[in-house]
Amino acid sequence: MSTLELAAEKAKASAKKIENISGSEAVLKALIAEKVDTIFGYPGGAIMPIYDALYDYQEKLKHILVRHEQGGIHAAQGYARSSGRVGVVFATSGPGATNLVTGLADAQIDSTPVVCITGQVFAHLLGTDAFQETDVINITTPVTKWNYQVTDASEIPSVLARAFYIAKSGRPGPVLIDITKNAQLQKFDYNGYITCTHIRSYRPKPIVRKKYVEEAAQLINEAKKPFVIFGQGVILGKAENEFKKFIEKGGLPAAWTIMGMSAIPTDHPLAVGMLGMHGNYGPNVLTNECDVLIAVGMRFDDRVTGRLDKYAKQAKVIHLDIDPAEIDKNVKTTVPVWGDCKETLPMLTELIEKKTHNEWLKKFREFQKQEEEACITPELNPASDILTMGEVIKLINEISKGEAIIVTDVGQHQMVACRYAQYNETKSNITSGGLGTMGFALPAAIGAKFGAPNRTVIAVIGDGGFQMTLQELGTIMQSEVDVKILILNNHFLGMVRQWQQLFHDKRYSFVDIESPDFVTLAKAYHIDGQTVSERKDLKAAVKKMIEHKGSYLLEVKVGKENNVFPMVPQGCSVAEIRLK
Amino acid sequence: MKQEFTLTVYTENQIGLLNRIAIIFSRRKINIESLNTSPSEIDSVHRFTIVINEVEDVVRKLCRQIEKQVDVLKAYYNTNDEIIWQELALYKVPTEVIAEKVKVERLLREYGARAVAIRTDYIVFETSGHREEIEGLIKALEPYGLIEFVRSARVAIIKDSKGFHEKLKEYEQDPGEELIGNEYLGKQDEVFTM
Repeated sequence: MSTLELAAEKAKASAKKIENISGSEAVLKALIAEKVDTIFGYPGGAIMPIYDALYDYQEKLKHILVRHEQGGIHAAQGYARSSGRVGVVFATSGPGATNLVTGLADAQIDSTPVVCITGQVFAHLLGTDAFQETDVINITTPVTKWNYQVTDASEIPSVLARAFYIAKSGRPGPVLIDITKNAQLQKFDYNGYITCTHIRSYRPKPIVRKKYVEEAAQLINEAKKPFVIFGQGVILGKAENEFKKFIEKGGLPAAWTIMGMSAIPTDHPLAVGMLGMHGNYGPNVLTNECDVLIAVGMRFDDRVTGRLDKYAKQAKVIHLDIDPAEIDKNVKTTVPVWGDCKETLPMLTELIEKKTHNEWLKKFREFQKQEEEACITPELNPASDILTMGEVIKLINEISKGEAIIVTDVGQHQMVACRYAQYNETKSNITSGGLGTMGFALPAAIGAKFGAPNRTVIAVIGDGGFQMTLQELGTIMQSEVDVKILILNNHFLGMVRQWQQLFHDKRYSFVDIESPDFVTLAKAYHIDGQTVSERKDLKAAVKKMIEHKGSYLLEVKVGKENNVFPMVPQGCSVAEIRLK
Repeated sequence: MKQEFTLTVYTENQIGLLNRIAIIFSRRKINIESLNTSPSEIDSVHRFTIVINEVEDVVRKLCRQIEKQVDVLKAYYNTNDEIIWQELALYKVPTEVIAEKVKVERLLREYGARAVAIRTDYIVFETSGHREEIEGLIKALEPYGLIEFVRSARVAIIKDSKGFHEKLKEYEQDPGEELIGNEYLGKQDEVFTM
């Protein structure tokens, strides 16, 4: 008997009263049992029975009608990232399901817990090229943590219990459940819903080995120049406090990856900035000078490491990660500390000595000074009349006081926003890190607002990325979502243009992008807005955007050919980071 | 240095899992030399035997990525000297040529082969063993008009494995919220407690 059947048997045994309900209703009951409050979705032929059942559940389950399924899954990702809970998506078969693929890939690489429920043609039509039939399970296999096709309604409770457990436990990720139309319609004896806590073939988190924790602590205690680099694992593990205690006791300078950003306040005394291709000067250079590198909940992405064979070769590497497949995947580890950092960090903190590394920390500050002169000051306080992206972000910091959630798209504005945004609270930086999905920000911001309704949500988007998913303005209009949209318009696909300038002799191949009048466009959706192209109007405009009641679109015309620096050119080591 | 590795993967019997495992190789553009799926020593647990040519470092990473799949219980990798392995092959040859020109008994003995079907028009031989033995018999039969040849995937037994029974017991414990079962369960001195 399969473990799924066993779960069904277990439910039967413990059922108080047996109801006869449809598969569709079982889906909704499962969502309620998992404490889902919001669904992002788009109806269609093969998922109509579920939508029909939803008609009677509107008071318990809020459904947000998006304008494209990609928008639906990005919204669910934004919801998951701002709330720390599982995002839920409904889509129909065929094109509805294939439109999810980009979002699934994004959620997979950025470890975002999402459960997608797709309709599928009747089971007897599977494999016959029926109307709106695609092989969704096989299409989505590489981009899901788990997927499963349901053809019989009685499987629904146990499969959905599994789906939620898998999506949120261990290293989180997207799960897709494909339900054939006959299973949605089929009535069956419903024995109640039992949440899943164990799957015998699935070990979400390894037990921590004492030996490795001790070895790691010893390395940290002996280190003269220890350096902590951390990723989203700290946020996903809800271990922000444990992490803070750890670095504070050890006096350990800490830098974040783009995904780890906001886990500690950006002005924390031990925070030394962002890693990676457009990260800060000190953290990149000093990666190749530290003696012990302590990586927490991060996966050594190539954008972080630059050239691998010249990455931190002098250092002993301690890697804390919940996913054993990440250990030694890119960077050879001296001491692997497998486990949930919520558990491993307190153990390490217990064993490390209370220390300060002032001389070493000063080195980071020295590099910061150089970076300030060369990059930061010209970006934040530009001498010319041309507006920079950085000064806009600086105004957001001033006016929002670091309390806003900033959702970024992909490109130059993303790098600038992540370089200069200030955060006091965790889960404040929502961006497409691993996949680099243009078009992510607008729908993700919608979801982020539903995930954290009491916080200000600002979507910072480029003129290119905005045009990839701008149809979601319709969702903002219809569902009255309070999202502030900031378009940093440089009239270019800026990041590609920057590379073409630096590495392709300024051969600007198809990066000159025309845009519609964004403010008029927003107006068509009953969204207020304005365009600013001069510095004297900027502050008032940013203030107006943030304080405006309801959604607002602010377009800022920034310098066309500004570049993001520092930069680790591709194929170079982190120490070869360029300031210009 | 690239060499032959045999991966043994214990899994749930789940539709689509074959694809999930196969794409871990294909995304790195690694060719699967041989793949066999079969029952294992435990009812309800499936066993994949996969042969690839790779460097050990990559094989270790592949194993971890396979093991990470939700429906995979455990993945092992071994070099050829750590396993007992066999492949099986079938050879179809025309009866009249064989009967006339070859001393059948000698052939059967030499390659440990046996005839599994004898018809008036053809004979099917079967042999099992390592690659060299199977290919040796092809060479021996080729001059006599080999009509069809097929070789199975490799099956392998790991020499120092105690089987999967004990491990499965560990995995089957529902550890509840606090304890998550894994290979260190039962070795409490290696497990950190505070």
